[in-house]
Amino acid sequence: MKNKRLVTLMPTVPDTEYIHKCTSACAGCSSDLILRHVLKAAGPDTVLVVPACCTSVLQGVYPNTSFGIPVYNVAFASAAAVASGMAAAFEELGKKTNVIAYAGDGGTVDIGIQALSGALERGTNFLYICYDNEAYGNTGMQRSGSTPLGARTTTTPGGKPHPKKDLDRIIAAHNLPYMATSCSAYPQDLVKKVEKALSINGPKFMHVLAPCPPGWRYDASKTIEVGKLAVRSGIWAMYEREYDTLTISGQTKAAMMKPAPLEDYLKMQGRFSGLKPEQITEIRQSMERNLRLLKLEAEGTC
Amino acid sequence: MLTISTGNNAVAAAVREAGTAVVAAYPITPQTEIVEQIANFVTKGSMKASYIPVESEHSAMAACIGASITGVRTFTATSSHGLLYMHEMVNWAAGARLPIVMANVNRAVGPGWNVWAEHTDSLQARDTGWLQVYVATVQEAYDATLMAFRIAEDRRVYLPVMVNLDGFALSHITQQLEEVKAGDFIPPLVLDHRIDTENPGGYGCMTSSVDYVRIRSDIERSMRDSVEVIKETEAEFAQRFGRKYSWTDDYRCEDAEVLILSMGTLGKEAEVAIDILRDEGIKAGSMRVRWMRPFPELDLRDRELVVIDRNYSFGFGGILAGSIKAKTGKDCYNVIAGLGGQEVTYNDIASFVRNRKTGTEEWFGVKI
Ligand SMILES: Cc1ncc(C[n+]2csc(CCOP(=O)(O)OP(=O)(O)O)c2C)c(N)n1
Ligand code: SF4
Repeated sequence: MKNKRLVTLMPTVPDTEYIHKCTSACAGCSSDLILRHVLKAAGPDTVLVVPACCTSVLQGVYPNTSFGIPVYNVAFASAAAVASGMAAAFEELGKKTNVIAYAGDGGTVDIGIQALSGALERGTNFLYICYDNEAYGNTGMQRSGSTPLGARTTTTPGGKPHPKKDLDRIIAAHNLPYMATSCSAYPQDLVKKVEKALSINGPKFMHVLAPCPPGWRYDASKTIEVGKLAVRSGIWAMYEREYDTLTISGQTKAAMMKPAPLEDYLKMQGRFSGLKPEQITEIRQSMERNLRLLKLEAEGTC
Repeated sequence: MLTISTGNNAVAAAVREAGTAVVAAYPITPQTEIVEQIANFVTKGSMKASYIPVESEHSAMAACIGASITGVRTFTATSSHGLLYMHEMVNWAAGARLPIVMANVNRAVGPGWNVWAEHTDSLQARDTGWLQVYVATVQEAYDATLMAFRIAEDRRVYLPVMVNLDGFALSHITQQLEEVKAGDFIPPLVLDHRIDTENPGGYGCMTSSVDYVRIRSDIERSMRDSVEVIKETEAEFAQRFGRKYSWTDDYRCEDAEVLILSMGTLGKEAEVAIDILRDEGIKAGSMRVRWMRPFPELDLRDRELVVIDRNYSFGFGGILAGSIKAKTGKDCYNVIAGLGGQEVTYNDIASFVRNRKTGTEEWFGVKI
């Protein structure tokens, strides 16, 4: 399926579509958008492993499917382990098929972290992508370990009392060949990173910010704007790490030099309504600490 | 080839002989030896397979599911808490119609922490859609494991098979073992619904109630069809390799007036008890139930029944006794014996028969 407009706007992004127009995603869903570009980058010889999450619904109801590649929906905690078995089997069969696990933050930082850690440690040849909408979307917006401090969810109606779990540094501790962060608002960055990841043998990990209109409580038309503000304000940093070499992506370098106001990002979203001034300070401090550490690491001085 | 082997090593040898491609497992006493032996085979090159040393049992079954859905032969082994921890994926394997073979070395469930034989672990998984066979000798552990692959992978079945062997009482004892050359006894696996990039589709996706019911009833239809497949497989095994197996392992049952029904190694102990009872003039026979799922048609006629359960369903009773009552309408004398490796000798079993009180339940060694 050709999309002329897309081709002219993003010459580096393949024009084949693997997600068809009948998905059951919410309007303005950015995880759908991420997956669309992930699959463009990966191509047809790809199998997707999806644990229980919004994506397992997005596919539609049996016997229909909105995906043009094989998708295996599996139990919540099992994505990385199922992908491990699949990667081993493809190797036994002598096939080069890409195995991509595509999981939400809950399925990654909470229930799935054991299987993910094991698969990374064993050097499994697969790409694990965590799309991070910072809550359990599938079950109606409960808090996850990835929910930021102060965000209101259905299980933290007064705002989450604990900060976001630092998944990326946990993953980095596995000393893997490639990991990267990206954001749904930057599809070209995403495609480039997925292509790079898939060119490398062994375990690869990507963490992609996925703004979610019903969960974050903003209008569906603002998905790209919210994503861009997350990166421009510096609250979401984009970089690549190849073993211990860190490269900060251009957009985040720019944000480090001239950040957009954090308050603009927070104010756009209903989930942050009622943040106390000291919570804003704490969020800012943790953001600044993260950027400082990344900068030091990129400069090779940490 | 004749050797001396433990039950665990016999299982590992059968897994190798079957040409298994992917093994994913996590160690737990008393199963550990199986996975160590397979890891040895793979490392030394006597088995060409991928061995995935996963970080938990949940992941062991998940990795088998991932491998199996691509259409390759897969195996795992576990026991007790390992089986309970993988329970979610155990259900998944059957629902996804994957012919995974798993050995479960039967062990009690804690607390109190106990590593010895009991069947409550695997019987908690009896409603998951897995076929379950319970074995009693080292040779049978080998033969049943080999046959399990062929049964599971038959297009009429496409369901996983669990081979159960008693912890220590069978896993760690040595007996004579005759290994066979399986040859074409286990044909190459052709999984019609394997995941394939040439033929994209959704697997395990959201399903309406109408389709869900159809898919579930299909599992039951295959369970029923598996009866024929098991019969065929066991008959061909007997013809090729000379060892005969059936739904039950019967000993002096023809003219018996009282039957001992049991599972696993206690069934072999019961045979010695039968000889003692026969010498005393009591016409007894032993019927060791091998297949728990699909559940056998039992030829019980009007004989008295003594059912020994090495398991218990709290608030209900012994699981084998309950199943027999439900299926045949016949009452029995139910003895709960051997839990947590409790010693039960053939003399004890003979005394169960002598002192039987049909219609009652008794816990061996305690009063409740
Ligand atoms: C063992 C288990 N516990 C709970 C659930 C219910 N459940 C399904 S999806 C989900 C949350 C998923 O959240 P996340 O991984 O963040 O993905 P999202 O839904 O946001 O896309 C939960 C709790 C489940 N399927 N399995
Ligand atoms: S809840 Fe959020 S992540 Fe889930 S489908 Fe809707 S917009 Fe997408």
